[in-house]
Amino acid sequence: MKATCWMGRNTVEVVDVPDPKILDERDAIIRITSTAICGSDLHLYDGYVPEMKRGDILGHEFMGEVVETGKGVGNLSVGDRVVVPFPIACGACEQCRNGMTSVCENSNPNSGMAEKLWGHATSGIFGYSHLTGGFAGGQAEYARVPFADVGPMKVPSSLTDEQVLFLTDVFPTGYMGAEMCDISPGDTVAIWGAGPVGQFAAASAALLGAHRVVVIDRFDYRLDIVARHTGAQTLNYEQVDVRDALQEITAGRGPDAVIDCVGLEAHHPNAALHTYDRVKQATRAESDRGHSLRQMITSVRNGGVVSIVGVYGGFVDKFPIGSLMNRSLTVRTGQTHVHRYQHGLLARIERGEIDPSFIVTHRASLSDAPAMYETFKNKRDDCLKVVLTP
Amino acid sequence: MTTSAVLARGLGLASLALGVPQVAAPDRFAEAVGAQPTPQARDLTIGIGIRELSAAAGLLTRGSSPTWLWSRVAGDVMDLVLLGRALRGGARGRTVAATVAVAGLTAVDLRAARRSGRGRPPTSSSAPSASGAASAPGPSASSSSSSSSGSDLELTAAVTVARSPQEVYDFWRGLERLPSFMWHLQSVEWVGEGRTRWTAQAPVKKSVTWEAELVEDVPGEVIAWRSLPGADIDNSGSVRFREAPAGRGTEVRVHIRYALPGGRAGALVARLAGEEPHQQVEDDLRRFKQVIETGAVVRSEGSPEGPSARRQLLQHPGSPSAGT
Repeated sequence: MKATCWMGRNTVEVVDVPDPKILDERDAIIRITSTAICGSDLHLYDGYVPEMKRGDILGHEFMGEVVETGKGVGNLSVGDRVVVPFPIACGACEQCRNGMTSVCENSNPNSGMAEKLWGHATSGIFGYSHLTGGFAGGQAEYARVPFADVGPMKVPSSLTDEQVLFLTDVFPTGYMGAEMCDISPGDTVAIWGAGPVGQFAAASAALLGAHRVVVIDRFDYRLDIVARHTGAQTLNYEQVDVRDALQEITAGRGPDAVIDCVGLEAHHPNAALHTYDRVKQATRAESDRGHSLRQMITSVRNGGVVSIVGVYGGFVDKFPIGSLMNRSLTVRTGQTHVHRYQHGLLARIERGEIDPSFIVTHRASLSDAPAMYETFKNKRDDCLKVVLTP
Repeated sequence: MTTSAVLARGLGLASLALGVPQVAAPDRFAEAVGAQPTPQARDLTIGIGIRELSAAAGLLTRGSSPTWLWSRVAGDVMDLVLLGRALRGGARGRTVAATVAVAGLTAVDLRAARRSGRGRPPTSSSAPSASGAASAPGPSASSSSSSSSGSDLELTAAVTVARSPQEVYDFWRGLERLPSFMWHLQSVEWVGEGRTRWTAQAPVKKSVTWEAELVEDVPGEVIAWRSLPGADIDNSGSVRFREAPAGRGTEVRVHIRYALPGGRAGALVARLAGEEPHQQVEDDLRRFKQVIETGAVVRSEGSPEGPSARRQLLQHPGSPSAGT
């Protein structure tokens, strides 16, 4: 089959690899009909996530048709159309039973590797480095899905691929980012990053009853999309001082909650400050750039919530712990427990409360993946989301 | 930390700082100290770099061991000789500077080595033990450690599984199932009267066998065993089950002791247990948790056999291969 493989920093190639086979009786094989490039795939592409191997198949946002099931998969039949959550979860351990599927205790066979970096391991994740298990990803024609009796969710034929594809990651991720804010009536929620996750965080904050949503980015085309589709107010951080603007909007209180939808490759409008972190990152003096995180923490109101769903890998320098501690802030974060959200969010789509396909700007064939990675990375051609079809 | 330990650590870091550029960019390093950038100088620089890195490894892990400190003094003398030769040609100013710097370092090294030597001759470095390596955190929801005292190797590890103590006990009590998650075991068979025959992998594709008896067996609480006289490897162990607080399942604590009489059997045990015996027990318990909670060892394209410390060092690409 054809698969999009990581071949080194800034290099992906679509190559022929063997078709996946059932390895365990709880596996299923999916013929992929749509697969997306995630912003977090760019962290792998840019070489910021450790433990990638040449030849790793990328991709953790994919859906398709079941073509084979192991004998332990009683809930799926050949021909079922399913979306596949990006974390792999066993459904049986204590964390899974508590709904914390992205920290499943069993699904990462390389947990020893992750423990050396993080102290404890996360779940396995499709196509997302060997720290999360070394699983083959879904930017391919087929994928093996472990614990297929737990993860894949059947979707109705009345909805198109583009309407349900983002249930695999970015919609639940934005939703969890907003849900962790414990939004109360009257709350202002500020969101850093107007990429796909930021778009869904804004939409979800509105669905969850936020009084006002403010989204911060430096690309006007992305801010235009979020304003148009979610009703959010927008700030271009290259044009305004974000903290001053948020103080103005909230009459000096600061936003009640802030959501990080940026992660480890943040930018800073001041070239010197940006360069400072960029150099530290390049020399491995820090692994993650913390511009957004620092600004979020100092911007949120006293007693507010800092919700982090943007991806970080290791260590951030100059972390404002003093502001965090002295001002009674709460930090909530995590890789998304997709299994917990997918059914409820599918219901919202079916009820017409949201149509997630609004983020798609680019549609291409799987064989165009290398060019699409470049387009997405460099925000060329007003790119917000790429969907590939094998 | 004592003064000499601090000094040894500083020298270790200095060795590291020198060794890395020597190995990574030998040409530029040679140029920087005023040597001619010849292929010969390049090989020599890499060689010296490797020496510095091994000294760094020794000093940073073994502290103020006299052996490593004296090895640095010997290295300094070698460097001074080489720099003396370089003084005859090339960029003399740089070479003089480098020579002065090395002479200064030699003085520090000599002082450290002589201090460390007091009351502790270089030949009596303490015996290495497996225990020092157990610094990495244990597996999720589990912990482990190893220690060797006298001629015994003791391993402990623990894991929490989402089952009742009775269920976990029952699973473990079917001893013949142990090889499904303890990979060094080939088989465990019941041979009557509470006795079992264990067959384990041994070097060069052979296997070793021993018989064991249960010495304690309390349903839902504990299983303990020991090998019978005549075993190639005298060993004993226990696994204890205790209800974890507030519905968190069962805490499983394993304690294994191998007698290490040295010689052939000792080497055998080392191989059986792998380079890091405690890692093997950790892996055993990770797989045990997977088998009892999910029904099978969890495999990925990168780790096609499932969790294994050794495989984590030698990952397959995350892509289906002819092998998987």
